[in-house]
Amino acid sequence: MRTAHKLAMASPRVTADMIEAGEFPELSQRYSVMAVPKIVINETTSFEGALPESMFVEKVLEAVQA
Amino acid sequence: MALLREEDAAKLREIFDERLKGDVTLVHYTQIAGKLIVPGAATCPACKDTRELLQELADTSDHITLELHDFAAEVDQAAKVGVEKIPATLVTSAASDGRVRYFGVPSGYEFASLVEDVIDVGSGTSELAAETEEALKGLQKDVHIQVFVTPT
Repeated sequence: MRTAHKLAMASPRVTADMIEAGEFPELSQRYSVMAVPKIVINETTSFEGALPESMFVEKVLEAVQA
Repeated sequence: MALLREEDAAKLREIFDERLKGDVTLVHYTQIAGKLIVPGAATCPACKDTRELLQELADTSDHITLELHDFAAEVDQAAKVGVEKIPATLVTSAASDGRVRYFGVPSGYEFASLVEDVIDVGSGTSELAAETEEALKGLQKDVHIQVFVTPT
């Protein structure tokens, strides 16, 4: 969670949300959340589990290019 | 009944005294409900606890202000800031306009994240690697990151 929020603090292009999956079941279903943490970037890229900062950034760049 | 134990509140006061260098506003959209529940009306079971927790957090530092909004009454304003579900909490400062957001109760580890976010947003620090800062500068499109979690 912290990595996503730090990226949002550092770049005006980035918005980062924590979503408590149990409180928003429809949203969790839409993104097929089976395990947490599940990270969804721009509807196009998603992954499960925590990643080191450098790999997280790669996923962000991947989503932007998609 | 307080959600934060007295020793936790004392610890937070100590942490914020030492590390929180500027003002933070927690912009919070919630359901400000009466005691009567109308059939079919939207309910927000987590709203009450979230609001109480944020108030207790705000009470631990003069640098933290809780700004309450009634989602149902201010739905247009909420849409303007991109809030379409509640409870929603935006961690903001004069320099950071609310792109650090929480939907739902920030409990368990997420409460620790919130505390760290408050410190970073208030102090204007984020401690990212130089390569990360560089990559972010090159972003040509807006990025929306959603992190799904469960209470731990």
